[in-house]
Amino acid sequence: MIQFLIDGLINGAIIALGAVGLSISYNVMRFANFAQGEVMAVGAYISLAFVAMMGLGIGRIGPVSFGWPLLVSMMFSILITAIVVLVTDQLVFRMLREKESSRITFIIVAFGLSLIARNVITLIAGGDQQFLSFYIPRAVEVFEGVKIVPDDMLILLITVLCVIGLHTFLNQTLMGKKMRSVAENPSLARVIGINVDHVIKGSWVLGASLAAISGTLHAHITQLDPEMGFELILPMFAALIVGGVSSLYGAVLGGLLIGISEALAVAVGWSSYRGAVSFLILILVLVLRPEGILGEKERDA
Amino acid sequence: MLEFLSFPVFFLIICSFYAISCLGLNIQYGFTGLFNVGVAGFFAIGAYTSAILSGPKYPDTLIGGFELPILVAWLAALVTSAIIGLLVGLITLRLREDFLAISTFGIAITIQLVALNLESFTRGPNGLYGLPKPLSGWSEDPAVDNILFLMICFVILLALYLSLERIYKSPWGRVLRSIREDEFAAESMGKDVFSYRLQAFVLGCAIMGLSGAMYANFMRFISPQDFMPIFTIQVYVMLIAGGKGNNLGAILGALMIWGLWSASDSLIALLVTPDFQTQAAAMRLVVIGLVLILMLLYRPAGILPEKKNVSFLKD
Amino acid sequence: MNQTSKENLLEIKSLSAGYSSQVNIIRDISLWVNEGEILTILGPNGAGKSTLIKSLCGLLRFTSGSILFRQNEIIGLKTHQIISQSIAYVPQTNNVFSRLSVEHNLDLGSLANPQIHDQRLEHVFELFPDLKRFLGKKAGILSGGQRQMLAIARALMSAPAMLLLDEPSAGLSPLFRRQVFEHVKKIKESGVTVLMVEQNAKAALKVSDRGIILSDGKLRLEGAADELLESPEIGEIYFGTQAMSSK
Repeated sequence: MIQFLIDGLINGAIIALGAVGLSISYNVMRFANFAQGEVMAVGAYISLAFVAMMGLGIGRIGPVSFGWPLLVSMMFSILITAIVVLVTDQLVFRMLREKESSRITFIIVAFGLSLIARNVITLIAGGDQQFLSFYIPRAVEVFEGVKIVPDDMLILLITVLCVIGLHTFLNQTLMGKKMRSVAENPSLARVIGINVDHVIKGSWVLGASLAAISGTLHAHITQLDPEMGFELILPMFAALIVGGVSSLYGAVLGGLLIGISEALAVAVGWSSYRGAVSFLILILVLVLRPEGILGEKERDA
Repeated sequence: MLEFLSFPVFFLIICSFYAISCLGLNIQYGFTGLFNVGVAGFFAIGAYTSAILSGPKYPDTLIGGFELPILVAWLAALVTSAIIGLLVGLITLRLREDFLAISTFGIAITIQLVALNLESFTRGPNGLYGLPKPLSGWSEDPAVDNILFLMICFVILLALYLSLERIYKSPWGRVLRSIREDEFAAESMGKDVFSYRLQAFVLGCAIMGLSGAMYANFMRFISPQDFMPIFTIQVYVMLIAGGKGNNLGAILGALMIWGLWSASDSLIALLVTPDFQTQAAAMRLVVIGLVLILMLLYRPAGILPEKKNVSFLKD
Repeated sequence: MNQTSKENLLEIKSLSAGYSSQVNIIRDISLWVNEGEILTILGPNGAGKSTLIKSLCGLLRFTSGSILFRQNEIIGLKTHQIISQSIAYVPQTNNVFSRLSVEHNLDLGSLANPQIHDQRLEHVFELFPDLKRFLGKKAGILSGGQRQMLAIARALMSAPAMLLLDEPSAGLSPLFRRQVFEHVKKIKESGVTVLMVEQNAKAALKVSDRGIILSDGKLRLEGAADELLESPEIGEIYFGTQAMSSK
């Protein structure tokens, strides 16, 4: 049982990082980015590409089954994924913003982009599943009677570092503060002199970075396949809504809860309905408490 | 000579299924601005309902053997989709567009998962086979049967088109459009916005269910693989390219995009070696995605834009 | 009526603008603002007063004209570029971050210039001592008048050369209305040029140096504030608003 919970926590951490990326675009751009899963997939595949190019395998750090080569690849992946996302924004979303297109249009475009991304990945990397690594959760006995899987610990550590980094960024840096004001009230932020276009670009980069990290980690503990983004999008939205749409930390909390819930579903034998479990929770929250756990009710336009 | 027609006939039959689903989506998204991302789900509900009711007894399942007349099965499919649409609508239609999208998206995934896993009802991935085809055996030549079936499809499509045109111009249709344009204003005019949205949603779902039923009986076999989200995307591309809010646009869009799809299918089969079939299919999907995005960027109203009425009073 | 460019902080020439490129709300407006003065823009509802101010900030589409601030062309610039030229704008509504604290709101005012933050905060507290009581509270709980003070204070945090106010007294109780105009006077005395849109013609003109009257998107009248107060044309333009009735 504990193993299930730990699996759930690790999966949850990865969903949480992806959901935070989703939350950023939702709050700063008021846009439910249905393509976030594919951004994670892109991040994962680019990591794979770099790992393959470097030819050093994915390394080891002590008992952890991945090491510097993977982490370095992940850094490159963050860079490339961010560039891809910025180019997409420049080519596609900027025009929609200028035309003041409706929210629905943005979402449909996101669906189109996710379709394209999935299939470009298939074109380049093939449609079959691939392995980034050979993650075998071999538990290591840490002390009397307590076993921990080293990889999971490192994944949790990376997640915690990301969340701390995000918190610092949003509260201590100029761009972070500007981002928060745009999330609060975009029209007022513009009026007080904030360059909203810059902030939007910044939020894309932030979301893409988190997606690259979480996508790579997800690929490590499962595998890569072009449909991986599609499989993650519903749990991520559920995480976003459960935690509270307007709160980034809510997305983290929501991610962990969804991860654990899905693990519980598997534990009781519902593994084929895992996707539906996130959805059920999502619907319940939307109906009973739409603002989620940490969210607040409707805020300024 | 009839064999020569068999491909175009087949093409038009499938096209009409899409066109009917497009018309259903047009009521929801085109007229009322409801962003239903679960089209594939309601198509599936119609298909499975008709299959279960008209199909033979399946061993190891709880279903089958009713072997009801096809028309009855189709009617039941329509009603079932409407009822499920009602339930879904009651829960989700009060939500904002993005939440409605997420919810209906999740609904479609859930329906697909149920179809895949509830083997006692759906035979899971094995699907339901042996479904009776309308008009089979009427004439000696199956090709003639198909042509006759195509006529039926045309009749249904025509009937739907004419009804929806009338609905569009009717007071009910005008309220839907006013809700789409400015919900607030409609509300302040005393209209029960939620009720109207629900009606539009249910009607749309019923029509999608009908097309699913027609598909099931024509293909004689359905499986969960037939109801993947790509269907929803196809219908949206068709409606947007053809012209959302315009019933003729919906039909035209279905024709165009299904034409593109079929043509590329044939081309791929002809020109591409088996090794590259996956890549070619992926290429096709990239093109469809690009069509969708380019249309939204440069011609969001579609090829046949909605007829603009200066005032709702004159029509 | 013509001023040489050298004296004008702001000079608008033949500005036509509106919410869409097809429909102009204001047409062919020309005016200037001297450094250190208070200019009030008056006019009945729908005259285009707000449109004028919003155009100055780059928030609307213009079809023709020129806006020179310190002799630099700012027409067509993006809002953040205009604001960074040392202009601050206080919209009529939606002018504070309701979910953020008063302190946070003020901090956002000097985001671009953190080094002047403390000095400006002191200045702002001199003008609006009441704000000190509410520093930690969310801006949303403030009353209308207090929120207005906060909005103006936030604008002053960036040490602007010119302050644009869109109907600062709108919806306020008589007490707060009086206070707002007193504040505007003190702001001018601290060296800030003020361009103010107002409905309360009489009260506004009393603290202003000059005024202009808009009607139907065009400039009808322009002159020194005390002259305008006496002018009979104001009543005609307003069709009998309170401005001319003695209070």
